[in-house]
Amino acid sequence: MSPWQFLADLTNPDLAFLPKALTIAVLSAIMCGVVGCYVVLRGMAFIGDAVAHAVFPGLAIAFLFSGSLVLGGTIAGVVTALLVTVFAQNRRLKEDSVIGIFFVAAFALGIVIISRAPGYAGSLQQFLFGSITGIPDRDLYVVGGTTIAVLLAVFLLHKEFVAVTLDREMARALGLRTFWLDLMLYVLVTLAVVMAVQTIGNILVLALLITPAATARLLTDRLAVMMALAPAIGAGCALIGLYLSWSWDLPVGGTIVLTLTGAFLVAHLAAPRHGLIARLAA
Amino acid sequence: MSAALEMIGVAADLGGRPVLRDVDVRLDAGDFTALLGPNGAGKTTLMRAALGLIPLRAGTVRTGTAGYVPQRHEFTWDFPASVQDAVLSGLVRRIGLFRRPTVAHWRAAWDALDRVRLADLRKRPVGELSGGQRQRVLVARALVLEPSVLLLDEPFTGLDMPAQETLTDLFTEIARERAVLMATHDLTAAAYTCDRLILLNRTVIASGPAADLKDPELWMRTFDVGPGSHLLKALDLVGA
Repeated sequence: MSPWQFLADLTNPDLAFLPKALTIAVLSAIMCGVVGCYVVLRGMAFIGDAVAHAVFPGLAIAFLFSGSLVLGGTIAGVVTALLVTVFAQNRRLKEDSVIGIFFVAAFALGIVIISRAPGYAGSLQQFLFGSITGIPDRDLYVVGGTTIAVLLAVFLLHKEFVAVTLDREMARALGLRTFWLDLMLYVLVTLAVVMAVQTIGNILVLALLITPAATARLLTDRLAVMMALAPAIGAGCALIGLYLSWSWDLPVGGTIVLTLTGAFLVAHLAAPRHGLIARLAA
Repeated sequence: MSAALEMIGVAADLGGRPVLRDVDVRLDAGDFTALLGPNGAGKTTLMRAALGLIPLRAGTVRTGTAGYVPQRHEFTWDFPASVQDAVLSGLVRRIGLFRRPTVAHWRAAWDALDRVRLADLRKRPVGELSGGQRQRVLVARALVLEPSVLLLDEPFTGLDMPAQETLTDLFTEIARERAVLMATHDLTAAAYTCDRLILLNRTVIASGPAADLKDPELWMRTFDVGPGSHLLKALDLVGA
């Protein structure tokens, strides 16, 4: 399918779900790209994974009671983030163990809950691997509003997030409240992830958080550039991935993730200073 | 004149284990003081107590603005930040929540970089610096607050000789206007360059100018070594 035909389909009123899916995929890719920069730089990919899985019981409950999936997922994700932050203060247990406990427990809870829903196999697949149909109009506003809120929070707290990432001990010595900043960051990760879950799916959403930020990191040594590149890469790959998935009738989540992976591999080979080719040529 | 840092009867625990007991320390502007003791003696804990990073079990700490230079591995060196970004991060609280740095804040950062002789590297990514340069970035980040006392936690670890000497000169210069407390394992250099030594092992065993600490017994108690130790010979405390 040519890009022109894709454009025609996007504007076809009979295919109204398509531009909706594209809008949500692009906005959540922007959010995930920006927040993902902190996740990648702090080496907390595992927390992103945990939050992504932890939203599942919330989605399942919302699905069972026909509530808002976005709201259900956000609540579950924030509760898990809070539990991880609180339990990780205990120095006897390392953070990754705490995360390992809570995210699998949350996921298990989600499986048990959704098994009570009629026709559960189909909806399970939709949750896990994403889908572009069945997005209510209301979600467009929720995702749009959340994007603005997340970007605003990042803009306002950026220098604090940077200080905590650079040197936690020093940040505490300066009097920053690291507990609240950690919690705030986890909440932002949760929001970005929940918005992306519907189109990309619960299992694959981690790629939207990590891959664009990691790709951008390979391309620059400047944080400001990285935080502009990552959402651009994420949004671009969401667009291309959706186009490819629509043209060839491929699952949308998987196609977007593979497009992102392709971009990462290209950057890994051809990045200006740290790429494989540049290093071999040097 | 009030002290730059005063700790009176300080006790602190780490994970329920007593680490410091009855610690008295007083530092004044113009003092370059070395904090000496074996691993586990509580050197880092003493600094963290002085900074208010850990709760005190007993005692009081009085200090003006304290500048902290933690061990180099505490800093995320692969972060995509320039040298000036790293120094500016020392001002994060002073800039204030939800605010952006102003020209005055950047000036303060550049001025601090000037003082550690890194002005010409201010735009370089921190990941591309040598060990000695990294240490100077951390010193500049502490100086940007114009602290009355500078706390250096093992600044020489992993550095070669010219880098150590450049830093020592820098610390001596800083100590003309401020109090500097440096935890170190380099005993001979400390004895030679610092105005005062504090021998610490859970508590202050002794403190004073190196010339006043000639009793080998003090060093044996601090470092838990016998009378035949190389340490005592290196410090010229026993007859050759």
